[in-house]
Amino acid sequence: MRKFKFHPCGNFKETYKEDLTIFETDFGRLWAITGLLILFGIIPFICSTYTLYIINTIGIYAIAAIGLNVLTGYTGQISLGHAAFFGVGAYSAAILATRLNLPVFISLPAAGLITALIGMIFGLPSLRLKHLYLCIATLASQFIIEYILVHWEKMTGGAEGIIVMNTNLFGLDLNNDLSFYFIVFTCLVILTIITVNLTRTRFIRAFIAIRDNDQAAEGMGIPVFRYKILSFGLSSFYAGFAGAMFAFYTMSITPEPFNMWLSIEFVAMIIIGGLGSIPGSIFGAIFIVLLNEGLSFITEYLMNMNSSGGISFTIAPLREFVFGLTIVLFIIFEPKGLAEIWRIIRSNFRLWPFSY
Amino acid sequence: MEFFLQILVNGISLGFLYALSALGFVMIFKSSSVLNFAHGELLAFGAFLFLVLSTWAQLPIIVAFFCTLVGCFFLGFVVERFFLRPLIGENLIQVIMLTVGLAAMFKGLLLFIFGGDIHQYPDFLPDWLSISIGIITIPAVYTATFIIGILFLLLFGIFFKYSSQGIYMRSVADNQPAALSLGVHVQRVFALSWAIAALVAAMSGIVLGVINGINVHELSAIGLKVFPVVILGGLDSIGGAILGGLIIGLLETFTGGYISTSFREIIPYIVLVFILMVKPYGLFGLVEIERV
Repeated sequence: MRKFKFHPCGNFKETYKEDLTIFETDFGRLWAITGLLILFGIIPFICSTYTLYIINTIGIYAIAAIGLNVLTGYTGQISLGHAAFFGVGAYSAAILATRLNLPVFISLPAAGLITALIGMIFGLPSLRLKHLYLCIATLASQFIIEYILVHWEKMTGGAEGIIVMNTNLFGLDLNNDLSFYFIVFTCLVILTIITVNLTRTRFIRAFIAIRDNDQAAEGMGIPVFRYKILSFGLSSFYAGFAGAMFAFYTMSITPEPFNMWLSIEFVAMIIIGGLGSIPGSIFGAIFIVLLNEGLSFITEYLMNMNSSGGISFTIAPLREFVFGLTIVLFIIFEPKGLAEIWRIIRSNFRLWPFSY
Repeated sequence: MEFFLQILVNGISLGFLYALSALGFVMIFKSSSVLNFAHGELLAFGAFLFLVLSTWAQLPIIVAFFCTLVGCFFLGFVVERFFLRPLIGENLIQVIMLTVGLAAMFKGLLLFIFGGDIHQYPDFLPDWLSISIGIITIPAVYTATFIIGILFLLLFGIFFKYSSQGIYMRSVADNQPAALSLGVHVQRVFALSWAIAALVAAMSGIVLGVINGINVHELSAIGLKVFPVVILGGLDSIGGAILGGLIIGLLETFTGGYISTSFREIIPYIVLVFILMVKPYGLFGLVEIERV
């Protein structure tokens, strides 16, 4: 029987294998299992429907945020068009499900694959563009896709959108909050495990090399352009998958939610969560969704109070103000995001009582 | 023919407006390589400050105009000092997201104070500015825009070419470490360029407000329209911004007039993607050659 590892007080790794392990200590493994048990055994049964709705939204956005983190955090290509790919996924899933009557377990990954293809096409400018210019090119792809979603009426139904009804996956009704909870979090857990393992393969190592110095990466023999396109495809796959989930969950989709503001929220998620960190993307999704919900709750509360007092002025714009302020403060005071705070907390526990 | 000429005139005026709004943007990019997503909000801030000073505080137009410019100059200073300076040396994405956050803050604040309605300035332009040649009429505002635009271009040309601060700014844009080692106060240059950019933005905001009425949503949308304009001309070229503005303006009005009005909104971005594929640094941008 091997020796259990609990609290190493420093970095005692001796082999590459140890460096590549996902769980550094057995406590990590224990916590992961406990977390999964709480996630699937306790949370769904104690939450109200509204709380479940929020948690499901977090799950959907977390999948998309992981995708964006692969592209932006690991490969270093800034994308301001992630919401558009999210929308493409939602529309392809809806079209596959309503026009071709495909079952969900086919249309869900198929939507991801279609989006991956489209993402690769819109990633083509990265052949010649970098940094700012690529960022603007992705912004352009956001506007172009948005336009297509609104104006290709034969396929997308224009501004009225598409209604997806009666979808179920292996007998679980996707419109029910509770059963959707299990589906979305199973997908999230599986995709997280896949992504965490991908970071140990040559693909994401090549992505990281490209992020850190693309010329050096080229010199080391990494086909930079091919990997950049691959990164765009992978990231769009996640976005499309999450978008498909979103379509099945909300039942009716219109082009409206997939606007630039959502793209900005995705980028905010990975920045607040932590660039180049998988748990960071999930923290970011949790943070942004809760912030949005909290702000809309507060504004509604204040509006009700005002209207009863006879003074009616709109407080809704302040929501945007607070959102912006949060992003700004996070970037100035903790540019590495929640993942860094989490790491500091963990290492404090690990090194206690000698945390210096 | 009449239709064509009217569209041509409209396109040129629109293009000039875009060029004018792009100037401040290029200014910031040129000295500090910050891609400013809050540019539309800076325009809106200037326009609303002018509104407050001219109609609510009842100052004479000229006084209000100069007070607005001074106010925005300080706003630019403050923004740079408190928000951008801590980020010197950070990654590009953090800086971009910071300006996005700033944009949301400004927009929220302006919407909270002024609401989403369209406000109008009092009519203060003299009638003789309106020119009519045969069948085409050029409204007074466009003539004023044209004059202001030319004036500011000349001023900036002289500023960048001859004044010491202008030369410092160009040196920082060209090579930051070299400028630092030669004793240029880089942080002051950044602050100054933000201040000047906010000033230029305020002026463009006022001109836009005179033409279309001022509305927070519309002005911040113009801030996004600036991207195709500056990319087309090259991000760090002022002359390029003007030409880019004219091309995008003409393209928009001609598409709107001859093809469809909804396609008009998207055509700048389609052109943008193609330009980027063919000439990644724009028409007049500085080409950065990289060799492996």
